[in-house]
Amino acid sequence: MNSLLISNSVRFILLVLVQVLILNNINFLGFINPYFYVLFILLLPLNMSQYKVLFLSFLIGLCIDFFEDSGGINAAASVFIAFLRPSILKFSFGISYEHQTIRYYQTPVTQRFTYISILVLIHHFILFSLEIFNYSYIILILKKTLFSSIFTILLIVLITTLFQKRR
Amino acid sequence: MGQIINFLIKYKNTLLFLFLFGLSIFFTIQSHSYHKSKFISSANFLTGGIYNWVNNIDEYFNLEVYNDRLVEENRWLRARIMQLNSKQRDTTFTDTNSYKNPYRFRAARVIKNQYAKRDNYILLNKGSNDSIQTDFGVITSKGVVGIVEETSKNYSRVISILNTNLSVSVQLKKSQHFGSLIWNGKDPNIVQLTEVPRLAPVKKGDTIITNGRSLIFPKGIPVGVIQDFELDQNKSYYTINVQLFNDMTNIGYVYVIENKGMAELKKLEQANE
Repeated sequence: MNSLLISNSVRFILLVLVQVLILNNINFLGFINPYFYVLFILLLPLNMSQYKVLFLSFLIGLCIDFFEDSGGINAAASVFIAFLRPSILKFSFGISYEHQTIRYYQTPVTQRFTYISILVLIHHFILFSLEIFNYSYIILILKKTLFSSIFTILLIVLITTLFQKRR
Repeated sequence: MGQIINFLIKYKNTLLFLFLFGLSIFFTIQSHSYHKSKFISSANFLTGGIYNWVNNIDEYFNLEVYNDRLVEENRWLRARIMQLNSKQRDTTFTDTNSYKNPYRFRAARVIKNQYAKRDNYILLNKGSNDSIQTDFGVITSKGVVGIVEETSKNYSRVISILNTNLSVSVQLKKSQHFGSLIWNGKDPNIVQLTEVPRLAPVKKGDTIITNGRSLIFPKGIPVGVIQDFELDQNKSYYTINVQLFNDMTNIGYVYVIENKGMAELKKLEQANE
């Protein structure tokens, strides 16, 4: 449990710093940035109690908001996907999630990919809706959601494959 | 009573979610109104400190550009001095009263710059310890950057002209027709000038300057040149695209303007109401 706490704390700090110092300055094609810190929420232990997940997600979102001066948009999007996480887990990993027997890195690639994509897409949609805050710009919101999601998903898949523990 | 407690226990996750989500929405709504986003701000010692630290490294890569800008500004100022000196002294009457300058300039460095979002903020490395306060104007040698929105001891947060919540009062250099400068959130080099009346002589390439009505910027600070324009649907106002003189993606050093007469003028305005 203790090592879990340490690894999650280190991941928290590392992801916040990487997000605000590097990734927020990419601005690929002028507006596309990955929101890689979502990985923290994805990788929280799958059997962690729900209120902890909600609280930690809120915390990481708020941290990003402080750095970005963005009000509460990252916090809102993060809490939202934290709330949906159990149902998405059930949907993508099926019966094995119910029995609490899975670990993130032992799941089949396609199921993992579904899990990542759904959560990232929802997160980005909430994020950009709140950022723009005007539904007459719905096309812009969808465009930003789509491109940034592709970027984020690619990055997450790549990084998690690289840092996968060999056994 | 027991039922209520049971209900709370049963739905504690949902309730926690609703609480946290509501809280973040509340912060979001606050951040969309000017001067209200006091709580969530990068002008605190932790985030400001981290940005400052990283910017110390980052600065070295831009030294050449900043140097060029300084030399250019010095050249311009020198030309200005020569111009003034060349006027014949004995025919010009100088009133020493007019030497009193209502504006005071302070230099600061940008330690965080945003330009890709719709509501962008800039962080400066000076704050209330250096007498920087809310509603001071921020410019570079080339043009307008934004307005100080909030200060902490060592840092201050500037609402950039690339922010959909800000509008600055500006005018045409050639005539006195004024309008307000806003941003549509698309191109960080181009801002929009609205509410210029149809009678104004608008031409491509004309210069736009601040008009000093807002008390924040002195009159005559350059903003940009007219790139293109169109008459609005109701045919009475122009909407003008203005190409900024500043490169908002690389600002570097800025000047913060204090208007010493602001308090007095505001008081007078309030007395009028």
